Amino acid sequence: MADKLKLGLYWAASCGGCDIAILELREKILDLDAAADILFWPVAMDFKYKDVEAMPDGHIDVCLFNGAIRTAENEEMAHLLRQKSQVLVAFGSCAHEGCIPGLGNLFDRKSIFERVYLTSPSVDNPDGVLPQTSYQMPEGEVDIPYFYNTVKTLGQVEDVDYFVPGCPPQAPQIWAVIEAILGGNLPPKGSVVGATDKTVCDECEHKREEKCIKKFYRPHEIIPDSEACLFDQGIICAGPATRGGCGALCPSVDMPCRGCYGPPPNVIDQGAALLSAVASVVDADTEEEAARIVGEIVDPVGTFYRFGLPASLLHRRKLEEAE
Amino acid sequence: MSNNGFEPRIIGFLCNWCTYSAADTAGVSRMEQPPNVDIIRVMCSGRVDPVFILKAFAEGADGVIVSGCHPPGDCHYDSGNYKTFRRMPLVEALLAQYGIEKERFHWGWISGAEAPEWAKLVREFTAQVHALGPLDWKRELESKED
Repeated sequence: MADKLKLGLYWAASCGGCDIAILELREKILDLDAAADILFWPVAMDFKYKDVEAMPDGHIDVCLFNGAIRTAENEEMAHLLRQKSQVLVAFGSCAHEGCIPGLGNLFDRKSIFERVYLTSPSVDNPDGVLPQTSYQMPEGEVDIPYFYNTVKTLGQVEDVDYFVPGCPPQAPQIWAVIEAILGGNLPPKGSVVGATDKTVCDECEHKREEKCIKKFYRPHEIIPDSEACLFDQGIICAGPATRGGCGALCPSVDMPCRGCYGPPPNVIDQGAALLSAVASVVDADTEEEAARIVGEIVDPVGTFYRFGLPASLLHRRKLEEAE
Repeated sequence: MSNNGFEPRIIGFLCNWCTYSAADTAGVSRMEQPPNVDIIRVMCSGRVDPVFILKAFAEGADGVIVSGCHPPGDCHYDSGNYKTFRRMPLVEALLAQYGIEKERFHWGWISGAEAPEWAKLVREFTAQVHALGPLDWKRELESKED
């Protein structure tokens, strides 16, 4: 095939799960290999950044970019891959919405460094050494990327053509996106692809009834009934505030939806939507009782914005005075 | 008031039937109150989606007030204010985690017959937010970013 699709894949601030998700295509990976030339894929193949820099602009047909923007390196690669790619896809929850790395936005560089390099019980760092962006070695000066205060989504630093949600995106959805790309059958720019326009509840088999909740449980505090809606049982499930497309994987094994596919269409702020859903099921007729029941929810931001804090309306915790 | 000429911008979401009515009465009765509260009339305090509050702060409000009819019983729709008191404690918890001072957010009840209460709230809340200084969420984040 003379004009095979030229594909690039990159990981920024991510766990590597999105790359594994591509391998979850299993035997279809051979179809992908037949249809596409992979020009760049750091997790699997030996390419250097200079190889990408040497490409003409727009040389890569499609770049699947996973991971959030945590460091200057992440951002530099976002700009470089935008320049070298005709279609830039924010692939997976981190690039789409910030995901778990985005919960770092409840802290800042200083407090993260203190925790990670100084106060964490497993750390032995008697000299209190913290990462320096530049350091003089006998062999010369070495640089490491600057660590930002705030985690950003790919869409907040670069122009993105498509968004594929999920932590990680599910293999059948990935394949559907690849088929759409190969067939030239792409939706309007800026679309969320590889997902549905309904919520996870729409795909969930659990049976819903009237919700009257006197107490919320965390998943480890209760053995749920496999038939009834998890939310009805007092387990906070992000299903009502989360875009479908995963096939309701977590609820199908009695784990509550955690919200990784992001907000459904027309929801501005996933956390606010989930907060509303949670509050509306509370069975309390007095202010005191309501405050007690919802007061037991540990870490509301981490629960309601588990995958989307950087993409939310407020983006992050207010920063303390500048360093 | 001094604080380098800072005038707080406060958004008030008031229910049509109780607090809005009180604010209206406070106005026509010429009760003394600072002009810092921009009132948005909603049909019910239970209509106030948390996203309204977050958006207000994200787009430059220094403080937000949500006020409706006293529970139980005063609500024109029977139980809309129940939704309010189930939701607002979570909003408070959320704002605390975002680092927004609790003095910048007030929710509660003022009936149509309590116009002086409204004027008093506006005076006190404005002074309280004024003392904290501007929140200016967007610029705050950008100026300290690197």
